[in-house]
Amino acid sequence: MLSAMKYASPTTVAEAVGLLGSEPDARVYAGATDLIPQIRAGRPEPSVMVDLKRIERLCAISSSGSTYTVGAATPTADICAHAGLAAAFPGLVEASGLIGSDQIQSRSSWGGNLANASPAADTPPSLIVNDARAVIAGPGAERTVAAADVATGPGATSLGPGEIIVEFELDEPPARTADAYLRLIPRTEMDIAVVGAAARVTLDGDGKVASAAIALGAVAPTVVRVPDAEAALVGNEPAGDALAAVGAAAAAAANPIDDKRGTVAYRRQVAGVLARRAVSIAAERARERGGQS
Amino acid sequence: MSRVHVTCTINGDPAEFLCDGGQTLLDALRDEVGLTGAKEGCGTGDCGACSVVMDGRLLCSCLVLAPEAEGTTISTVEGMASGDDLHPLQQCFLEGAALQCGVCTPGFLVAAKALLDRNPDPDETEIRYGLAGNLCRCTGYDKIVRAVQAAAAAINES
Repeated sequence: MLSAMKYASPTTVAEAVGLLGSEPDARVYAGATDLIPQIRAGRPEPSVMVDLKRIERLCAISSSGSTYTVGAATPTADICAHAGLAAAFPGLVEASGLIGSDQIQSRSSWGGNLANASPAADTPPSLIVNDARAVIAGPGAERTVAAADVATGPGATSLGPGEIIVEFELDEPPARTADAYLRLIPRTEMDIAVVGAAARVTLDGDGKVASAAIALGAVAPTVVRVPDAEAALVGNEPAGDALAAVGAAAAAAANPIDDKRGTVAYRRQVAGVLARRAVSIAAERARERGGQS
Repeated sequence: MSRVHVTCTINGDPAEFLCDGGQTLLDALRDEVGLTGAKEGCGTGDCGACSVVMDGRLLCSCLVLAPEAEGTTISTVEGMASGDDLHPLQQCFLEGAALQCGVCTPGFLVAAKALLDRNPDPDETEIRYGLAGNLCRCTGYDKIVRAVQAAAAAINES
C-alpha cells in the first residue's frame, strides 16, 4: 500500500535539507505516528520518506549553562526518563507522557507534535508557556523562532519549503517557578484532548504571582494564550478572586468547535476549569521549589 | 523499482530481507521474513496487535518503515519461547484463558514482556497502563491482567 515511496535516512541536517530541496514531494518524519495513518487515510504519498532519527542532533538531549536543548525527533519516552527535564519542566514532561501508549511513546516527539499542527496536540501549550524556542534549518541560515510561532492553523505551519525543526531550546526556569499541564479526555488513557491547559507561574517572595503564562489547546485552530488570565494573577495570590478571573478569562478566550469529542459550551466551561486547576498545581509546585532555581 | 536490502538481528539470529521503501516493518516481517506472529489490526498505531521491540523500544511495527530496521535488533513474539518451553507469559495466558480469538495475543505478549523487563513486579494499575496500547475485544482484559500478574510471580520465583 505504501510501496511507491522511497526511503532516505540522512545522517546530517544538511543532507536532510538537501533531500528536501531536490525532491519537492519529500516529507520528513520522526515517529511517523501521524504521517503513516494520514497516508493510509488517503493523503497523497510523499515521493520520499525522510527519516530524521539517524541524525544525532535531532535525537539528543543536552544542557549548557542554563539552557536545555532537546532534539526535535527525540522520543517522548526519552524525554520522560530525563531527570533534569522532569525537574525543571514537570508540566511539559507530563504533557509529553500523555501522547499515546508506550508503543507510541517510543516514536512520538516534540518536533512531530508541533509540526503536525493538530489543534489538540498535547505538548505545544506547555512548550509555549515555557517560552520554548524552535531552531529551524533550511535552504538559508538556521533561524530560531518562538515555538508559539510555528503552527499557524490545523495542519499548517510557518515552516518554509525545505525547512525542518532541528531542536528546541528551553531556558532553566527562574526561582519559585513551575509549570503544569492538564487535559480532559473521556477516559484515563489513549485519547485526544477535548481541552488541554498549560500554566506556568513564578511567585515572588511573599507568595504572590510575579508572572504567569497560560495556554489552551484543542479550543481553537492553534494554541490560545490567555493574557487576561495572566494579568489577573500578577500581584495577587493564586487563589480566590484571582483564580476565578483565570477561569472566566480562559472560558472567554476559548474559541472551540463542536465535534464528537465535545460541544462548544462544554469545551468553554472545561477550559476555565482546567486553566484554574493548572494554575493551582503550578503555583503549588512553585512554592515547593522555593528559592531553588 | 529497486528494493532496499536490510540487514538486522531478529530474535537473536542474523537476518536479511528485501523490502520496498514504503513498506511497513509489519508487512516486511510477515511477507518477506515469514514471521506472521505480529498482526495488523488497525494499521494506525491504536490496537497494538503488531507490537514488536526494536533496539529496546516497544513499538507498533505498522508505523515503522521496514528500511528503518537496518542495523537494528528486533524481538517478536516468535522469539519468546525457548524451543518447546513457552515463556511464562505464554504459559500463564494459556492457563488463565487470557485469550479467545487470539488475534491480539502476540501483541499483548510482546508488550507484557516489555513491561516486565522494565518493571518486574507491576501492580494492577501499572499493568493496565502498561498495556493501554493493546486492544482486546474478547476477554474484557481482566484475565490478561491476571495472567501478567501470574507470570510476574512465576518469573520472580524462578
